[in-house]
Amino acid sequence: MMAAPAEPIAPASKERTRFWRAPMLHSLPLRISVVVICLLWTVPTAGLFVSSFRDPQLITQTGWWTALINPFEQGWTLQNYEQVIGSNGMGEAFLNSLIVTIPATVIPITIAAFAAYAFAWIPFRGRGILFIIVVALLVVPIQMALIPILKLYSGLSLYGTFVGIWLAHTAFGLPLAIFLLYNFMSQLPRDLFESAAIDGASAFQTFIRIVLPLSIPALGAFAIFQFLWVWNDLLVALVFLGPGADVRVMPTALFNLLGAYGGAWHLLTAGAFLTMIVPLLVFLLLQRAFVRGILAGSVK
Amino acid sequence: MAVDRTQGSGSYGTSRTVLVGSLVGLVLAAIGVTVLIDKEGGQKLLASIYDMLGNAAGAEALRNGQGDQFFAKLLLAAIAMLVGVGGIWLLFTGVSSLIERLRPQVRDRILPLVFITPAVALLGIYLVYPAVVTVIGSFQDGEGAFTLANWASLATPPFLEILRNNILWLLIATSGSVGLGLLSAALFDRIRRESLAKIFVFMPLAISLVGATVIWKFVYAWQPPSQPQYGLLNAVWTAFGGEPIPWATQFPINLPSQMMILIWLQTGFAMVVFSAAIKGVSTEIIEAARLDGASERQLFVKVIVPMIRGTIVTVTTTVAIVTLKIFDIVMSISGGRNHDDVVAVRMFAEMFQFFNDGRAAALATVLFIAVLPVMVLNLRNFRRQAAM
Repeated sequence: MMAAPAEPIAPASKERTRFWRAPMLHSLPLRISVVVICLLWTVPTAGLFVSSFRDPQLITQTGWWTALINPFEQGWTLQNYEQVIGSNGMGEAFLNSLIVTIPATVIPITIAAFAAYAFAWIPFRGRGILFIIVVALLVVPIQMALIPILKLYSGLSLYGTFVGIWLAHTAFGLPLAIFLLYNFMSQLPRDLFESAAIDGASAFQTFIRIVLPLSIPALGAFAIFQFLWVWNDLLVALVFLGPGADVRVMPTALFNLLGAYGGAWHLLTAGAFLTMIVPLLVFLLLQRAFVRGILAGSVK
Repeated sequence: MAVDRTQGSGSYGTSRTVLVGSLVGLVLAAIGVTVLIDKEGGQKLLASIYDMLGNAAGAEALRNGQGDQFFAKLLLAAIAMLVGVGGIWLLFTGVSSLIERLRPQVRDRILPLVFITPAVALLGIYLVYPAVVTVIGSFQDGEGAFTLANWASLATPPFLEILRNNILWLLIATSGSVGLGLLSAALFDRIRRESLAKIFVFMPLAISLVGATVIWKFVYAWQPPSQPQYGLLNAVWTAFGGEPIPWATQFPINLPSQMMILIWLQTGFAMVVFSAAIKGVSTEIIEAARLDGASERQLFVKVIVPMIRGTIVTVTTTVAIVTLKIFDIVMSISGGRNHDDVVAVRMFAEMFQFFNDGRAAALATVLFIAVLPVMVLNLRNFRRQAAM
């Protein structure tokens, strides 16, 4: 199942072609539906954001929208953030998330890049059948792996360790990574490899000097997808890292807040916003690559 | 980019420094892994450093779980980055430069194995082997004896309710995301600020499901009628004269409320893919339909939708797979306590609350069976492509 090639969030097409493509909306109901969709997709997040800076007492006494009506009569505060970063351990969870996510992005890309290159350009025995297995593994639910790997981990004392979750995320991300990079690398022109071979370059040198630099767009797209996937993951983190404060990541910490302080909205709003900062930055700064990554990774 | 042939083979010669350097690096990485696997690795290491620097008191405090814990954490983070990011590259570089010292014929035989072995080993250990064990485990009781009890129990009312919920999720959340995605792609195509509107709808895709759940739980927040409603939905609802409703927790309204969260997240994905597909429809066809007197609505339903049917199938399958495995939303809202349980959440409970691995394995296998058709489809598509 390949994602459709797309040029998303593109600059608006030229007016002349637009005339034939699609006239502007004139009917009022359709205009209203556009406004409703846009509101539905922004207002909930805005409510969270505004509330995270409000006085803890006020959050549950008045709606957050009233704060926007009289913005100067409010007790705006950063205290919610201080509390949730300090005493609720979101600060440490942020660090843990970085420790988990960065290697869990770099390791699978590296392993997949080498493998995809071999699959695409170096003949070896069993190549066809191995790649078919990779394609078959694309949609296997992670749930199938949880019980046996957890047993394996408690035997090897890898449960609750960063190394353990790196390897788990690496393996779960590999089928998609190999598949995407294979699709990209197999399209590179054959001449490149022939001239490198004539020069006596080994497969490793060809990979480092030719394949890798040319594959940067594909590597970047997958990197963004995998980074966000790992950063936002709750299931794998709950199963293999557990709730211990020394290793827990941001989604786990937020999940714990929901359970322990279900109604403490000053903590929940601030905590939720903290978990979103990095993904939103990635989104806003790397929008095009982000969209490519999401589209490329959508098979998972 | 072309390879410079005039340089000759000399430019590809292996350098001894690379080899020695990467082997030394690998030894350091191995030491780093042992620090990382140790639960108090960071503190112990920093304590040893303090000892070496003659700061005995600081070292003692760290070993007792006090003192500069933050620095211990930062040290651990630094080691983690070096080991995790650097180690994997050193591994490939070191082994490859070792093999490059062999004769070219031998070298070219062994190198591909070096390239694929890590991937094949990880896939085997983490996906193939567990999948087999899980299927077998679904037919085993706690002692490992053969039984059909795990599967039989899935036919009892509590589990039928779970399966029903998953089917509802699959039908409603999938069609909701795909339908709204198609609608917004079609509408946004005709407004001036198209890219801005798309950014709004697309942004939730960046954030976690737990984060999205907190956002919507706040929208759904409920207070007794005597209290002020700070949840947006109940504030609007009561303003129109309704009684406040606990949207997220009261069955059966909790099901669509929770599905809305996933729809909110997935619509942006569908929209972006559809939008690209719609812009790919040939202008001549659209022009011809307009000249034949087709209204804009007819044009969309009878010309554009049939032409992007392939994309619609792809997006629907993708969203359906995500929906099938839904976990975070239900887990964060109620843990499945309000008749809203789903397969993945129940599986987690069977593993960690009821310690019934056999039944958990059966639930995982249910999800696996559900995606099997997609797997077959993928394989068939791939075969066809490879044949071309």
